[in-house]
Amino acid sequence: MEMFTSIGLNHFLTISAILFSLGMFAVMTRKNAIVILMGVELILNAANINFLTFSKYNGGMIGVMFSLFVIVLAAAEAAVALAIVINIFKTFKTVDVSSVDTMKE
Amino acid sequence: MNQLTLSIIFYVFAAVTVLSAAFVVFSKNVIYSAFALLFTFFGVAALYVFLSSDFIAVTQVVVYVGGILVLLLFGVMFTNTIMQTDLKTDVLHVVPGTILLLLMIAGMLYTFYTTGDWMPGDVQLQGSVVQRVGFETMSRYMLPFEMASIVLLVALLGAAFLARYDNAHKNEH
Repeated sequence: MEMFTSIGLNHFLTISAILFSLGMFAVMTRKNAIVILMGVELILNAANINFLTFSKYNGGMIGVMFSLFVIVLAAAEAAVALAIVINIFKTFKTVDVSSVDTMKE
Repeated sequence: MNQLTLSIIFYVFAAVTVLSAAFVVFSKNVIYSAFALLFTFFGVAALYVFLSSDFIAVTQVVVYVGGILVLLLFGVMFTNTIMQTDLKTDVLHVVPGTILLLLMIAGMLYTFYTTGDWMPGDVQLQGSVVQRVGFETMSRYMLPFEMASIVLLVALLGAAFLARYDNAHKNEH
């Protein structure tokens, strides 16, 4: 019972493991490029939870600062990736990643 | 607030996060996935508050919910023509994907719970972290901070150029 009532390091690591695996599943099984992007966001969030967990229980600020930069890069990544997805849609008239198989129009 | 109340609140937010993440992944409708992602981001922000990183939690809400999620919704709406009413997404490799999902969860949990006997530090983060983030940003992480601003500028310019490349290309001819 003690293991369940006192929230410790392992609880956060468990949540992050589940989020990471779900994101990986989305990247692997979806055909829609936008849902793949959502899976990537889930993976980034899982990594952030790990950074902040170790930062809290270590007492340092390294993990906190790193997660801040991860959020910044996630914003840049989402902007560029959606621009690419919109270009793919203009070219192929679909966002199905398994039908995008040429590099020229 | 005693320990039990904190644990109950933690489990509520953990359940919200994990269940809505599962809904994002397993839902066939792209719009439903996008709105379930909203709850995932809010749940993760609440977990950040539990990790006494309140500044990161607010940043998470502002950047992810206010920026990335809106961007994803715009993406969903741009890439579905009006005639095509079903916003379904097909799946492939479901069986290998499910096996990988279960194997990864089991492997990571096994690693976390058995091989690692975590020894927490004597001084843990307590209370608000905002002031320390400010000091760190302006001292040790000055160069990465400025580089992040350049990366954001370049990425947004590139995204704007990529998204409207078609029109610029046509005007040349």
